[in-house]
Amino acid sequence: MNNKPFIKRALVIGGGIAGIQAVLDIADGGYEVILVERSPSIGGHMIQYAEVFPTLDCPQCIMTPKMVEIAQHPNIKLMTYAEVQKLNGSAGNFEVEILQKARKVDVKKCTGCGTCWQKCPEKVSSEFNAGMAKRTAVYIPFPQAVPAKPVIDTEHCRYIHYQQYMAGKREGKKPPECRICEKLCPVGAIDWEQHDEIVKEKVGAIVVATGFDLMPVSRIPEYADDPDVLNGIQFERLLSPGGPTAGVVIRPSDGKTPKEVVFISCCGSRDPEHGVPYCSRVCCMYLAKQALLYKHAVPDGQAYVFYIDIRSTGKGYEEFIQRVVEDGVLYLRGKVSRVFREGDKLRVYGADTLSGKRVEIAADLVVLGMAVMPSDGTKELLIKLGIAFDEAGFVAESHAKFRPLETNVPGIFVAGMAQGAKDIPDSVAQGSGAAGRVLTLFAQSASADKALAVV
Amino acid sequence: MDLAYYPGCTLKTRAKNFETSALAAMSALGINLVELPRWNCCGTVYSLAEDDLIHHVAAVRNLIRVKEQGKNKVVTLCAFCYNTLKRANLVMKDSPDKRYAINIFMDEEPDYYGEVETAHLLQVLRDDVGWEKIAGRVKHPLKDLKIVGYYGCTLLRPQSVAIDSVERPTILQDLLKALGGTAVDFPFATECCGAFQIVNNRDIITERTAAILGSAAKSGAEALAVSCPLCEYNLRQTQSSTKQPQSGVPVMPALYFTQLMALAFGLDLAVCGFEENSPETRAWLKNKGLIS
Amino acid sequence: MRVELSSKRLRSDFVKKIAELSGQNLYLCYQCGKCSAGCPMGFAMDILPNQIMRLVQLGLEEDIANSKTVWLCASCLTCTVRCPRGVDLSRVMEALRLLTLRKNKNYVEPSKMPPETVADLPQIALVSGFRKLTS
Repeated sequence: MNNKPFIKRALVIGGGIAGIQAVLDIADGGYEVILVERSPSIGGHMIQYAEVFPTLDCPQCIMTPKMVEIAQHPNIKLMTYAEVQKLNGSAGNFEVEILQKARKVDVKKCTGCGTCWQKCPEKVSSEFNAGMAKRTAVYIPFPQAVPAKPVIDTEHCRYIHYQQYMAGKREGKKPPECRICEKLCPVGAIDWEQHDEIVKEKVGAIVVATGFDLMPVSRIPEYADDPDVLNGIQFERLLSPGGPTAGVVIRPSDGKTPKEVVFISCCGSRDPEHGVPYCSRVCCMYLAKQALLYKHAVPDGQAYVFYIDIRSTGKGYEEFIQRVVEDGVLYLRGKVSRVFREGDKLRVYGADTLSGKRVEIAADLVVLGMAVMPSDGTKELLIKLGIAFDEAGFVAESHAKFRPLETNVPGIFVAGMAQGAKDIPDSVAQGSGAAGRVLTLFAQSASADKALAVV
Repeated sequence: MDLAYYPGCTLKTRAKNFETSALAAMSALGINLVELPRWNCCGTVYSLAEDDLIHHVAAVRNLIRVKEQGKNKVVTLCAFCYNTLKRANLVMKDSPDKRYAINIFMDEEPDYYGEVETAHLLQVLRDDVGWEKIAGRVKHPLKDLKIVGYYGCTLLRPQSVAIDSVERPTILQDLLKALGGTAVDFPFATECCGAFQIVNNRDIITERTAAILGSAAKSGAEALAVSCPLCEYNLRQTQSSTKQPQSGVPVMPALYFTQLMALAFGLDLAVCGFEENSPETRAWLKNKGLIS
Repeated sequence: MRVELSSKRLRSDFVKKIAELSGQNLYLCYQCGKCSAGCPMGFAMDILPNQIMRLVQLGLEEDIANSKTVWLCASCLTCTVRCPRGVDLSRVMEALRLLTLRKNKNYVEPSKMPPETVADLPQIALVSGFRKLTS
């Protein structure tokens, strides 16, 4: 045992629902905890959803209190727009280097009034809206963002481009100097001199909750590169009352109401040849939910769900599927071979293996249940942390049965999709579970040898 | 530059225009396609049975002929030949047991280990010549000609021999653009025409080719660019055997991409052999203002 | 009518032969039907490609023998490139054709084809057609 004191302070990486739960539980347990999130706001993917299965809760409604609590909790230090860069030490004495990316906004001065992002002339694709809407170059990702302070996206800001051009680091036409945000900010919070910094922190335990991203649609090229072919998150944004269409379901190509909507399960999942071998576990349920929400939004519309097997093993899930089927969503047991454009429709070539028929649908909209994968950059982070991962890039837990939240590094735990495909209740349970492991470690740390022996 | 060239049977008989136009167009680009002094039928279709090695022999013999010429690359025009030679070569390269058996069987031939690369002419155009150089050689751009690239099966499947993206190829469209034409995308570019079912079941071919032609017409195309003599035959056969316009099958020439090259390069029309496509093709081209 | 299943049927020579000739693990197929959904010849088939796979798994040789399906397969490999399980169904179809052809039975009788048809067809059609449909 070394003589350094065991630091009873934790770090949680990732501000999605698993990380949020872990941070709050650790903080409520009486310990200090840092939450590092790489995007400008916490909330993760869950905050993008319209309603969540099987209860049809509104995520904005149920998540916002937790997010606000994080911002206000005396034990929580929230670092958004930040990334863990380096890790040294061991359980009880980790030294972490965190890159705080420059927001170019002085958050102490900024009141979050919104003038800058309302007036910024540069429009770029919105990550929060999964490309279904635009945001400005100075922006908060969504109205309930925590913190509710903007960042300037230096990749797209006109003034940054101007500066680069003047410094000879940018080719082409001279960009406008712009600086509209700076001119209009009532409190002078725009700070062009702000630069990336490295923040060093000492913690005793870490929870990795880096979540997932959807497999790119381009991995299944036979399902058409088309504005009316959406992934699951894009369709969530169309269904969301807070989304770009205020919950009005439209066909992106022309804004018309889609009357025939096809949902395809297992896009890239269970497909070792073109995607990943595992089941993504959430698609059956969210596609059913989306089909139901679509029916609510367009009562005279028809929803079709192509599936291979329906996996509805959570509590209340099978009942939910049955309700969706009873409500008139047509389930077709088979995969789709191709989706292609034909005039103003998408032609879908599918199979219904139950009737032994090949089926064809002239669809207005096609929603692909793309496979979930470890979020972009997970592998690089895990290598920095020295954490083992499996073939798919998910964190390898130290024992699949009895140590499901432990990694191979003592003192580092895992929660949520970072460990493997799972739904919200499981992610929250793991967030709490990982927090419990951290709290146990801190409680036992008086005799650190013993504590580490059980980690 | 000289390239070893394997013609295959159909190019010497029913698709002469494919060969004459290709030789002339390549020569205009400074490439001589040098026909192998000896060659035999490739077997046409690649044998799909594990124990059927005898049918790879014909293809492998041709690859040995290439090696005898001191070459390590052979160019094909016919999409079927390309597929059969390429796949047979993969067997010789990657399956030691099968290679051993085939080499033993071909006692009179030197042992072969899959050293010869089979390339389709489109690959040569894209990778060795380049679209820019081709565009630079164009005398009469195919302007205003809306044309689809119809790939069929054998240039793209299986994945291991695909000359481009299996699901979304662009190589034919890229060539057509280089020739100054308007390349139109259409959803049936990689759909099968029915292939050899023509020997037994013309109805199948009619159904398939009508769907392909219909899709091309719907996409606004006036002609198809092809690389497979069987596709060309099947597409032509349907158009001549069904009664338009009652049948609803659009009339649309299926031209070898090399004919379009020769046309755009302003070469002697004799090398194009348009009369072999159909009696009406020349009139059609005239009508389009592509020939005088 | 019920079909009696037994280990004998599931492990019959028929099943073994198809596995051997095709070189495919027949049990990879999980019946998603993507092959049938995209098959360009599917419109003419009495039994769909995914059903052929299932019948092979079950050892139901007669059902396949009574169907035209394997003779309609054009070996276009659309199913092969899209199969999520990496089954090369074109090889299974070939194996099933060979079971018949190797008994010296032709599916197409070249001598009964009209001479004008034979004269009109290009070599590429005749050779490929006879390779696939005759012994």
